[in-house]
Amino acid sequence: MDLALKPEHKAFADEVRAFARATLSPATRAKSFSGKHYDRDDHMAWQQALGSKGWLAYTWPKKYGGPGWDVTQRFLFENVLAEEGAPRIIPFGPKMVGPVIYTFGSDEQKQRFLPGIRASTVSWCQGYSEPGAGSDLANLRTRAVRDGDHYVVNGQKTWTSYAHWADWIFCLVRTDTEAKPQQGISFLLIDMKTPGVTVRPIIMLDGAHAVNDVFLDNVRVPVANRIGKENEGWTCAKFLLANERLGIAEVPASKRGVRSLRELNDDPSLNEKIADIDLQVQALEMSELRALSTMALGGAPGPEVSTLKVRGSEIQQRIAELAMEAVGEYAAPYQPDLLFRDTNETPVGPDHAPPAAPRYFNMRKTSIYGGSTEVQKNIVSKAILGL
Amino acid sequence: MDLAFTPEEQKFAADVRAFVKANLPADVRDKVKNGKHLGRDDYMRWQQALGKKGWLVYTWPKKYGGPGFTPAERYIFENICAEEYAPGIIPFGTKMVGPVIYTFGSDEQKAKYLPAIRESTVWWCQGYSEPGSGSDLASLRTKAEKDGDHYIVNGSKTWNTMGHWADWIFCLVRTDSRTKPQEGISFLLIDMKTPGITVKPIIMMDGGHEVNEVFFDNVKVPLANLVGKENEGWTCAKFLLANERLGIAAVPQSKRGVEALKEIARAEQDNGRPLIENQGFAEKIADLEIQVTALEYTELRVLSQMAHGGQPGPEVSGLKIRGSEIQQRITELTMEAIGEYSAPYLPGLLWHGTNEAPVGPDYAHLAAPRYFNTRKTTIYGGSNEIQKGIISKMVLGL
Amino acid sequence: MDLSLSDEQKQLQDAAERFVRDKYTFENRRKIVATEKGFLPENWAQMAELGWLGMSFSEADGGYGGGPIETMIVMEQFGKGLVLEPFLPTVVLGGGMIASAGTAAQKEAQLAPMIEGKKQLAFAWLERQSRYNLADVSLKATKEGNGWSLSGHKGVVYNAPSADTVIVLARTSGGAREEKGLTLFLVDGKAKGLTRRDYPTQDALRASELTFDKVSVDTDAVLGTVDTAFPTVEEAVDRAIVALCAEATGCMDAINAATLEYIKTRKQFGVPIGKFQVLQHRMVDCFTNAQEARSMTLMASLKIDDKDAIVRRKAASRAKVQIGKSGKFCGQSAVQMHGGMGVTDELAVSHYFKRLTMIDLMFGNQQHHLTRYSAPCWTPSRSWRSPPSGPSATKWPARPSR
Ligand SMILES: Cc1cc2nc3c(=O)[nH]c(=O)nc-3n(C[C@H](O)[C@H](O)[C@H](O)COP(=O)(O)OP(=O)(O)OC[C@H]3O[C@@H](n4cnc5c(N)ncnc54)[C@H](O)[C@@H]3O)c2cc1C
Ligand SMILES: Cc1cc2nc3c(=O)[nH]c(=O)nc-3n(C[C@H](O)[C@H](O)[C@H](O)COP(=O)(O)OP(=O)(O)OC[C@H]3O[C@@H](n4cnc5c(N)ncnc54)[C@H](O)[C@@H]3O)c2cc1C
Ligand SMILES: Cc1cc2nc3c(=O)[nH]c(=O)nc-3n(C[C@H](O)[C@H](O)[C@H](O)COP(=O)(O)OP(=O)(O)OC[C@H]3O[C@@H](n4cnc5c(N)ncnc54)[C@H](O)[C@@H]3O)c2cc1C
Repeated sequence: MDLALKPEHKAFADEVRAFARATLSPATRAKSFSGKHYDRDDHMAWQQALGSKGWLAYTWPKKYGGPGWDVTQRFLFENVLAEEGAPRIIPFGPKMVGPVIYTFGSDEQKQRFLPGIRASTVSWCQGYSEPGAGSDLANLRTRAVRDGDHYVVNGQKTWTSYAHWADWIFCLVRTDTEAKPQQGISFLLIDMKTPGVTVRPIIMLDGAHAVNDVFLDNVRVPVANRIGKENEGWTCAKFLLANERLGIAEVPASKRGVRSLRELNDDPSLNEKIADIDLQVQALEMSELRALSTMALGGAPGPEVSTLKVRGSEIQQRIAELAMEAVGEYAAPYQPDLLFRDTNETPVGPDHAPPAAPRYFNMRKTSIYGGSTEVQKNIVSKAILGL
Repeated sequence: MDLAFTPEEQKFAADVRAFVKANLPADVRDKVKNGKHLGRDDYMRWQQALGKKGWLVYTWPKKYGGPGFTPAERYIFENICAEEYAPGIIPFGTKMVGPVIYTFGSDEQKAKYLPAIRESTVWWCQGYSEPGSGSDLASLRTKAEKDGDHYIVNGSKTWNTMGHWADWIFCLVRTDSRTKPQEGISFLLIDMKTPGITVKPIIMMDGGHEVNEVFFDNVKVPLANLVGKENEGWTCAKFLLANERLGIAAVPQSKRGVEALKEIARAEQDNGRPLIENQGFAEKIADLEIQVTALEYTELRVLSQMAHGGQPGPEVSGLKIRGSEIQQRITELTMEAIGEYSAPYLPGLLWHGTNEAPVGPDYAHLAAPRYFNTRKTTIYGGSNEIQKGIISKMVLGL
Repeated sequence: MDLSLSDEQKQLQDAAERFVRDKYTFENRRKIVATEKGFLPENWAQMAELGWLGMSFSEADGGYGGGPIETMIVMEQFGKGLVLEPFLPTVVLGGGMIASAGTAAQKEAQLAPMIEGKKQLAFAWLERQSRYNLADVSLKATKEGNGWSLSGHKGVVYNAPSADTVIVLARTSGGAREEKGLTLFLVDGKAKGLTRRDYPTQDALRASELTFDKVSVDTDAVLGTVDTAFPTVEEAVDRAIVALCAEATGCMDAINAATLEYIKTRKQFGVPIGKFQVLQHRMVDCFTNAQEARSMTLMASLKIDDKDAIVRRKAASRAKVQIGKSGKFCGQSAVQMHGGMGVTDELAVSHYFKRLTMIDLMFGNQQHHLTRYSAPCWTPSRSWRSPPSGPSATKWPARPSR
C-alpha cells in the first residue's frame, strides 16, 4: 500500500501541467479563479485543444481513441487541470453519450459520432428530464412513433443544460406505451437543426442561462440514429447514470475551491470552518481513490459511487456557502454584467465579491441534478444495504 | 402582548421562591444541583410538600383541585422550581393518568384516585409499550378478558419507567382483537400488588435501573378500574400522548442544564485558562443557549394559545423534538467540557451514594452516564421520527 | 499509488478477524469485562505468539519490520470486537516511545519482554488541568543524588493496573505548558511512593489515578534525554491517534452492520422499520460516514511515518476530526434506530456507542483537532505534489519463528 507516485507518474503530471500552461487561454483561466461564468468559446477552445492532443476522451479505452491511461493518470490529469484553472470538460459528449455509443452502438454509429466527440467539434446535450419525469425518469412521455425509416418525435424535454450551445441531443423517448414504463424507452440521437426542435431558455436563480426547455414538434429522426435495440434504451440510461455519478463528485474543482477560500479569506473565525471543509474534501478524495483502486483491479463502478456524488455535491455547496460567508455583506450587490459579460465595470467591494452569492445560489443545483441526493440515497439503501 | 410580568405575577414568583426555599429538603436540592440520581423517597418528600400546598397538580383545573394557575403562573412556577433545584415532577400520576381520570373517568373514579395523585401518596407508572409495540402502539397485545366483574389480564409491558417504585400502573390492554387495532383497546388501572404481576429490571447502558418489564399472569382487575368505555381506550391514550409531549420539552430543566454547563466550563482548564474562554467552546454554548431560548418562546406561544381556550394540538410535537435534542446536546457538551475525566466509571458513587471519592471533580463521573442515558429523550414518549410523522400528517397535511 | 493490501497484510487481517470471531462474541466479552484484570492474559499471550506485539517494530528492535498499516489492520479488527487487551497503551504508546527514544539497554529491558508478552506498559501524561495540551504537565521530577525524585499526580492512566512499567511524563524544568523542560521516566509499576486508584472506564477498560510521592528512580530511568521529551511524546500520541482511528473504523463497521440487521428484522406497523425512508436515508448516511472514516484512517496510516512533522500532525488531526464526527453520527444514529433497545445494556450497540464516544475524548476531541489542523502556521498540504515517503508493504511472519 502506497500513496507515493512512481517517477513516470510524476513525469506525466509535469507534462499535463506544461500542456495546460501552454494551451489554456489566460482569460479562461482567470474566469476559473474568479468564479465568473464561461462562455461557449471558453469551453470549445479548451476542449478542442485537448481533443487535438488526444486527451479529451481520456476515460475511453484505447480502442476507441482514448489515451488508455491508468487510474492514477486519470486522477492526476483531473487534478492538474483543475489546479491550472481549466474549465471542467462538459460531460455530455465525452463522458456520457460517447461511452454509450461505443458500448451499445453499431460500427457505423461509432464511426459516425465518436470522432466529433473526441475532437469536440460537435457538442452534445442530454435530453432525459421532462416536466413530468424528474426523479421518476421512467415516467417520461416524449413519444417516438415509427414512420418508415424514421421516428416522428413529439414531446418536451426540460432542464437541458447547454441545449442552446449544442449541435446534437441524445434523448430518451417512449416507443412503447403498453409495456412497463422502463421497458418502452429507446435511446435516440437527434440533430438539433432538425425542423421542429425549439429551444427556450430557463433563467436560473442567479440570473444565469445554462438550462433550457427543448420542444420536439413532429421531429423526424432517422431510425439509424437509435442506439441499441428499440425499447431497450433504459439499459443505456442506467449505464450512463452510473458513469455520471462518479465524475460528479468534482473533487479536483472542490480542492481548487478550498484553495481559493484559504487565499481570499482574511477572517480568522472562518479558519476552522475552512479546515473542516478541507477535511471533507480530502476524505472524499481518498474515498474516490479507493473506488478507483478497486476499478484498477478490474471492478466496475457500482451503486456505491452514489455516495460519492451525494458528498461531492454537499461539499461543493458548502464551499460556495463559505465563500459567501467570507465576503460578508459585500455579497449583497448584484452585478450581472460582471458575472455574465466581459464588461469593465468595477466590482463593488473586493474582486471576488460579485460571484459569491450567485455561485452559492447556483450550486444548490448540485444536490438536485444527475439524480437528487434523496434519490441517490434510495438507490444505495436498496442496492447496497438491501433495505 | 407583553413580555413583562405584572406586579401580581412578580408577587407570585416571590411566593413560589419562598415556598421552594422553605420546603425543598436540602439533601434533595443538593442532589439535583449536583446532578445526582434521586431515590423514590427524594421525589416523594418534595411532591408531598407540593401536594400539601395544592401545587403538585398545577396543570389541573380548579374543579379537580388544581390551583388554577394562569399560563404565566405555570411558566413562573416551573421555572422557579427548576432554578431552585427542585426535582422534576414525576409525570405519570400528575400529568398523565390524573387528567385522563378527570376527563374520562366516572365520579367514583375521580373520588377514589384524584386525591392520592394530588397529594402524591400513590406512585403511578405507565404501561403502554410492549416488546412488539413501541412506535406502533396500537398493535399492543396484552389481553384483558371479562370474567364476571373482573378482567383477567395476560401479557407483558416493557420500558416501564420507575415501575419498580410504583403502587399503581395504568395500562392499555386489548379487549377486542377482531376489530381495527385502535378500536379494541381499553384503559385499565391496575394495583401493582395484585397477584400475578412480576417486575423485572432492564439495565440501561449507563448501568442504571430506571425501566422495567412488567409481566401479567392471570391478573384479576375489577371492571370498576376501567376508565372510559370498553374498547375506547385509544381516545384516552391519544389525549395523554398530547399532554405528554408538552411537558417533555423540559425547558426549565434545560435552562438549568445550560447554567450547570457554564459553571463546569468555568471550572475546567484549557491551556491555563478557563475553558469557557475558549472561543470554539464558548460558541457552542452560545448556540445551545439560543436554541433553548427559541424553544422557550415557542412554548410560551403555545401556552398563550391555550390560555385563550385552545387545546395543545399536534404542533406541540415540534416542542418535544427540539426539547429532546437540546437535552441531549447539553449532556454532550457537558461531557465534552470535562474531556478525558469523563472516562472513569464509578457505579458506587453513581448509583449507590457511597462515600467513594470521585475521580477528578465531583461532577465528572456523572457526565458520560448522563450523556448515554439522555439518548432516551428522542426515543420515549413517541420517538422523534414518529413525532415528525405526526406533524407532517396532522399539521402539514402530507 | 496503490491502495491494496499485500498478501502478508491480508493474512494478518484474516488472522485478526479470526481472533475476534473466536474470542470476542458479545457474551464472551461480557465475561472478560467481569474478570479481575478486565482482559485475558491468555489472549495477550496469543497476541504475542502471533507476532502482533512486535509486528510494528524494526527488526533491529526485535520486531518484524511492519508499520502503521499493520497496526491499522489489527486495530480495526479489535474495534469490531471491542477487544479489551491493552494493545494501545502497551504496544502503540509505550512500545512506540521506547523504540523511538530508548537506549539499547532500555529496549533490552522493556521492549524485548513486551514483544514476548511478558511485560505490559502504560503511559501517564494527563493531569487534572491538562485537557488536551500534552505539554500542560506539572508533575515534578527533581534531581536527587544519582537519580530523580517524582512527585505529583497523573489521571486516567489506561492499563496502569496491569502495567509493569509506567512511562511518566514529568516536568524537569520550564514553566507551565512549556514544551521544553519535559522528560519521560520509566517507573516500575510497584515503585515505592507510587499509589494507584484503579477503576473501570465507561467503555469497560481499566485505568487508574496515580499519585507520586517522592518516587525515586535512577538516572537510567530517563527515556530519551532530559528536558526534550515533547517531540517523542507528540509523535507517539499522533501514532496512537491513528491506531485509535482504525479501532473506531472497526467499531463503526460493526455498529452499522448491527443496526442494518436490526432495522431489517424489527417490525412495526406491519413492516420492517427499514422500509421507512427516514431510517433508510439515515442508514445510508451512517455508511457514508464510515466510508469517510475509513478513507481518512487509511490516509493517516499512510502518512504517519512521514519525516515532515507537519505532514504527520495534520494526518493524525485530520483523521481524528473525521473519526469524532463519523463516530458520533454512527453511534447516535444506531442507538436511535434501535429505539428503546438501543439505550439498554443488553445489546452490543450501546457498548460500541460508548467506546466510540470515549475514543472521541481521547487525545483531543474533534474540536481540538480541528483547531490543531487549522493552525495558521501550517501550510496547506499538497498531498500528491510532494508525495510522502509512505511505508511499503513489509514482511513479518504470520507466526514468529522464535
Ligand atoms: C441545473 C440543472 C441542470 C440539469 N441538466 C439536465 C440535463 O442536461 N439533462 C437532463 O435530462 N436533466 C437535467 N437536469 C434535470 C435533473 O436531472 C432533474 O432536475 C432531477 O432529476 C430532479 O428532477 P425534478 O427537478 O423534476 O425534481 P422532482 O423529481 O420533482 O423532485 C423534487 C424533490 O422531491 C424529491 N424526491 C423525488 N422522488 C423522491 C423519492 N422517491 N424519495 C425521496 N425524495 C424524492 C427530490 O429529491 C427533490 O428534492 C438538470 C437539473 C438542473 C437543476
Ligand atoms: C428510557 C425509556 C423510558 C420509557 N418509559 C416508558 C414508560 O414509562 N411507559 C411506556 O409505556 N413506555 C415507555 N417507554 C417506551 C417508549 O415509548 C418506546 O421506546 C418508544 O415508543 C419507541 O418504541 P420502541 O422502543 O419499540 O422502538 P421502535 O418502535 O422499534 O422504533 C425503532 C426505530 O424505528 C423508528 N420508527 C418506528 N416506526 C417508524 C415510522 N413509522 N417511521 C419512521 N421511523 C419509525 C423509531 O423512530 C426508532 O428510531 C420508554 C422508553 C425508554 C427508552
Ligand atoms: C410529560 C413527561 C413525560 C415523561 N415521560 C417519560 C418516559 O416515558 N420515560 C421516562 O423515563 N421519563 C419520562 N419523563 C421523565 C423526565 O424526562 C425525567 O426523567 C425527569 O424530568 C427527571 O429526570 P432527571 O432528574 O434525569 O432530569 P432533570 O434533573 O430534570 O434535568 C433535565 C435536564 O437538565 C440537564 N441537567 C440538569 N442538571 C444538570 C447538571 N448538574 N449537569 C448537567 N446537566 C444537567 C440534563 O441535561 C437533563 O437532561 C417524562 C417527563 C415528562 C414531563
